[in-house]
Amino acid sequence: MTDKNPEYDFKWCPGCGDFGVRRALEQAVERRMVETEIPIENTVVVAGIGCSGNMVHLLEGPQPYGFHGLHGRTLPVSMGVKMGNPDLNVVVVAGDGDFLSIGMEHIAPQAQRNLNVACVIMDNAVYGLTKGQSSPTAEYGMVTSSTPYGKPEDGLNALRMYLTSGVSFVASAISSKIKDLSGLIYEAMEHPGFAVVHVQSPCTTYHNTYEQLKGNARKGIAPLAWDIPDDHDPEDLGAAFEIANSGGVPLGVLLRDEGRAPFEARIEEMARSAKSKTLEQMVESYAV
Amino acid sequence: MEKKNDFVVRFAGEGGQGFLTAAVGFATANNQAGYHTQTFATFPSQIMGGPTWMQARISTSPVLSRGDDLDVLVTFNRENYDLHKDEVKDGGVIIYDSEAFQLEDDSKSLGVPFDRLGKSTGNPRAANMVVMGTLAGLVDMPQETLQEFNRKRFSRYGDKVVQANGKALDLGREAAKASGFRLGQLNDPVRPEYDQIMLNGNDAICLGAAAVGVEFFIGYPISPATTILVWMENNLVGSGKFAYQASSEIESITSAIGAGYAGKKAMTATAGPGFSLMSEGIGLAWMAEIPVVIAAVQRGGPATGLPTKTEQSDLLMALNPAHGDVRLPVIAPGTVEECFYAAVQAFNWAERYQGPVILLSEHALSERQQNIRKPDLSSLTVENRRVYTGGNGYQRYDGFELSPMPIPGTPGSYVANASEHDGMGDTTHLPQRHIQMTERRFSKLKLLEDGVYESDGTDSAVALMPWGGSKGPAFDAYRQLAQSGVDIGWYYTMYLNPLPPALLEELRAKELVLVPELNYLGQFSSVLRSLGVRAESITQYTGLPFKVGDLVRIVSERIGVRKGEGVAV
Repeated sequence: MTDKNPEYDFKWCPGCGDFGVRRALEQAVERRMVETEIPIENTVVVAGIGCSGNMVHLLEGPQPYGFHGLHGRTLPVSMGVKMGNPDLNVVVVAGDGDFLSIGMEHIAPQAQRNLNVACVIMDNAVYGLTKGQSSPTAEYGMVTSSTPYGKPEDGLNALRMYLTSGVSFVASAISSKIKDLSGLIYEAMEHPGFAVVHVQSPCTTYHNTYEQLKGNARKGIAPLAWDIPDDHDPEDLGAAFEIANSGGVPLGVLLRDEGRAPFEARIEEMARSAKSKTLEQMVESYAV
Repeated sequence: MEKKNDFVVRFAGEGGQGFLTAAVGFATANNQAGYHTQTFATFPSQIMGGPTWMQARISTSPVLSRGDDLDVLVTFNRENYDLHKDEVKDGGVIIYDSEAFQLEDDSKSLGVPFDRLGKSTGNPRAANMVVMGTLAGLVDMPQETLQEFNRKRFSRYGDKVVQANGKALDLGREAAKASGFRLGQLNDPVRPEYDQIMLNGNDAICLGAAAVGVEFFIGYPISPATTILVWMENNLVGSGKFAYQASSEIESITSAIGAGYAGKKAMTATAGPGFSLMSEGIGLAWMAEIPVVIAAVQRGGPATGLPTKTEQSDLLMALNPAHGDVRLPVIAPGTVEECFYAAVQAFNWAERYQGPVILLSEHALSERQQNIRKPDLSSLTVENRRVYTGGNGYQRYDGFELSPMPIPGTPGSYVANASEHDGMGDTTHLPQRHIQMTERRFSKLKLLEDGVYESDGTDSAVALMPWGGSKGPAFDAYRQLAQSGVDIGWYYTMYLNPLPPALLEELRAKELVLVPELNYLGQFSSVLRSLGVRAESITQYTGLPFKVGDLVRIVSERIGVRKGEGVAV
């Protein structure tokens, strides 16, 4: 329950990674308003189903338009919004279950179209809202409520999958580094094409990975997260794959390919060569 | 020999032999000459081959049904001769390729070597023109009618083709003359005073959508709705327009909803299996109150079923395509002409009540070529949605009735939510909210009670009331029954939900409403019964449309039964 919507009774658990993602998204959206002078109503946040999808109701500050649709279908909804009005700034927020399991079929087609939307994916390796079942990014052997004897599949390397699918902007982040994440989300919104910022956003209730991500020297735990070196060239797909294959959680931009036209430009290009008919001509083409 | 007002010819062979072109060509030529025409096709689900047939009905008055019995059967092989010969009426003729197979002379069969004669003209594809020439000879159609068609249709392929085709037409005609077979001359056409166009039901849906201002179309290939996608890809181009082949029907419906949310007049088209995949999405559009038109072109059976056959078995799904409390507006055209106006009204309804509308067509309409009155574009009513124009902080979903809809990019941010929501669209679980929102969603259907209906013989206690594509054969049957003195009335509407209230009132006063429909369950009559109408179905589930004669017989039997029960008819 918030001041904004007193009937709304959803809460993230204390310490949930999604709080950090929310703050980063608010900062990115507000920065866009300031830097471009385009009002907030130009931004549409399309949310998936799950804890992270509730982001759209919990955003503080200037309110963008929201779309809280069906489980797994953020991408096609966002395609309709963006192609319905290409002037809009469309941001997808979804969790790893929504985006990478039931919604997986939509990633490659949007990558091939280079749909011009920015996706912020909150990865906690579990289905939190349904109380902790395993998700595609959960590691092999992980015990959850739906994998009581351990998860039988390998964990998905989401970053490698994005690169393989042809996503043209791929970044990786953790939710606790809000300033960095906010910068990446801003870059993703400005990227002319399909952009994914994949965020490790731990579930404090079912899969708390803060310590593993940041490391704990006292306990001898090495951090999973590591900064992508400054000399990495994000236009080099091969180098991006090397980072994705290096293990752990790289932080920063893996790939930024601005050489491919975004979807709306492709449609506009095709339309230029089309012979457009007036309505009267269409009817007349069936004259007896 | 007596002159004829009506002529039915069927072409039967293997898919890919090109005779579908002959049937459409023959219909087109006659249409150009001023006759009314309708074609009907049925074929297996494969690119080439398999038993396929197409028939054309030519008449001096508007054609309502495909024609029960054949004046001429054109058959390209023995198998199809055996399959179709019994449907040829007495005095009819069977034309066959005498070099492909031999028939014992049964005083009905006319062998013509179409293929050889066609090739002899220099155009290897002229066999169809030979057949058309033979047909013209049998009914004494002026040769010029076909030559005119030949020039109009084939001049873009060059003079050589036109000349060869002309020769083929003559060779075919000579073959008919030499045989001695004659069917009787067709009466002169009564050319309608209005301008006409000739097209199939799917094209008519597309034209209607274009006329009412469709801006966004997305679909996935599926029989028999694919031609809508193809038409849109070709024609819905230019600034502010988007037509696109999606990667699935799930993507189609959710994208169309996204575009509707963004302010566009959006549409998708599908059939059986794709319609099933759209279920959840259609529920989303109902829940979040987003205008979108879903054209569902019915085919046969559940699952993959009969992709290329006709059936009317998706009505219950059209009314309730999604889980939870939903009841969708459904418009089901019954003729090619109605396909045009149904599309116009489907968009008007979607925009007016801000929600999804099902445009329920069927295979028989999608494949049928028919001449219709050219739509008067200047007289169309085009409705646009009520758009919110105020500032931020707007509660779009406040209250129990329709309210203006904000469009992203302008002030009035809200959340379109698939979960139950409050006025702003934020999720809620409060009982009073669910009551308000449920009643609000259903109350909007009241805005759609402006549908019109046809009626005749309204004093009768018994009425015939088909829906969709069964309208044509049912109306032919009704006319025959009424002419022979049977006391029966006629009702018809394409607005199946909500039904026009005055129609429902009339139907409730009947002793019996007979509903011819192409499904096993008797879907529409069950809906009518739930609304307090004493309705019974006449069902058929063959994958083919009704025959008029069958309906006349069954209706007579049913009324006889009711008489026996002491019901006044």
